[in-house]
Amino acid sequence: MVPPDLRYTKDHEWVRLDGDEATIGITAYAADQLGDIVFVELPDAGRTVEQFAAFGVVESVKAVSDLFAPVSGEVVEANGTLSAQPELVNQEPFGSGWMIRLRVSDTAQLDDLLDAAAYDALVAAG
Amino acid sequence: MTESDTGELHETPLADVHRALGARIVEFAGWLMPVQYRGIIEEHRAVRERAGLFDLSHMGELFVEGPQAANGLAAALVSDPRTLAVGRAHYSMICATDGGVIDDLIVYRLAEERFLVVANAGNSQAVSDALAERLAGSRAVLDDRALATALVAVQGPASAGILGPLTDVDLGRLRYYAIAEGAVAGIPALVARTGYTGEDGFEVFVEWDQARPIWDALAAAGETAGLMPVGLGARDTLRLEAGMPLYGNELDRTTNPYEAGLGRVVKLDKGVEFVGRAALEKAARDGVGRRLVGLVVRGRGIARHGYPVWAGDRRTGAVTSGAPSPTLGSPIAMAYVAPRDAEPGTILDVEIRDGRVPAEVVALPFYRRPA
Repeated sequence: MVPPDLRYTKDHEWVRLDGDEATIGITAYAADQLGDIVFVELPDAGRTVEQFAAFGVVESVKAVSDLFAPVSGEVVEANGTLSAQPELVNQEPFGSGWMIRLRVSDTAQLDDLLDAAAYDALVAAG
Repeated sequence: MTESDTGELHETPLADVHRALGARIVEFAGWLMPVQYRGIIEEHRAVRERAGLFDLSHMGELFVEGPQAANGLAAALVSDPRTLAVGRAHYSMICATDGGVIDDLIVYRLAEERFLVVANAGNSQAVSDALAERLAGSRAVLDDRALATALVAVQGPASAGILGPLTDVDLGRLRYYAIAEGAVAGIPALVARTGYTGEDGFEVFVEWDQARPIWDALAAAGETAGLMPVGLGARDTLRLEAGMPLYGNELDRTTNPYEAGLGRVVKLDKGVEFVGRAALEKAARDGVGRRLVGLVVRGRGIARHGYPVWAGDRRTGAVTSGAPSPTLGSPIAMAYVAPRDAEPGTILDVEIRDGRVPAEVVALPFYRRPA
């Protein structure tokens, strides 16, 4: 179902950890629920984000939705391509539709998140 | 009548079709309706480029007939249906005594003494009640057939080519804002060249239990032309581009037609007393305190319903409707602003979350279909 090597929040964000750098996005389920994504607002590099706090906004044609950080850290990079191509989030939510990269302050925070099986179960339960 | 006392949700006869097509279903005005099938942007583009198929059976259809039908409607509405030729239609509104809009409507003249008034789903009952009250004591008879009449629309440049072969109505002679009685796929129907998208298109009224055969016939006929089912989500972005008001956003009981730029719909000089006349005359004479404008967002962000609008440091109004525009490529909006800020070309700011994003006042509509 969802990529097995990632971790997930109950709000449908995913995180991929590479050393102390985390890449974050939203799941295909979230993107599908939103419909056509037309706008993404992301923090600048250097901003600090807190685990489970809002770090940005994703907008579909009809709705505005907050993005919640799976882990705390400092923003290294935001995906600038989403400015001109927000539809990448719908097309490749786990790939080119990634949203931010963080330098993670505490990798143990991943233990607070759902693994792939738990996330799949959450989605299946509706 | 249109709404049950228990607040139950209505379904149109096409509910199973929408579900089978994988539509996302939402509650709208007491009805379960498809908001999208494949996606709002794809459906929006289908209508602009080819054609879209809409289930609008939730709308209210109120028939008014009898020797005083025309006079009765002239007294009940702000427009003058007496001036409509048989087979013609016009946009109208029904207002309260204080000039506030109860609903916006299309009025069709089917015969000398027979009219069809089409109301928004959410106001169908209110319009029915108001018309019943206003026509009481006259020889005009109101027949509320909202739950007996289904409505399927085909909208887009390919519409006439799709509907033409299915109907005995001569579409080549059916002008914009005209209506004819005939058959579609052998089913008795009223065919109107009206719509809410800014494209050429047709609204087909049939008996409630004929909705499915009509939908199926149109869907089949439109396949090679690329006809696509279109939901309420794209219906909203299409009408916004076309500069058309949505009751509940641009129009409500607290707005009068002049504020909304719809003064031309009010026939103050029609020579007959009508509900709201005194208040509307006053508004026409004294001017209005706010004006509806179009806005094209020139910065990064989407203006949405309720967002404040600023003229420099002065709060000037609020957005009534806003969305991305697939056709224009920039977000667009309608907003009420102070009359001094309503001149096209004026740069205002829309408050979007913590920031303010520039937006340019433009004349409506944002989009006009190619000639």
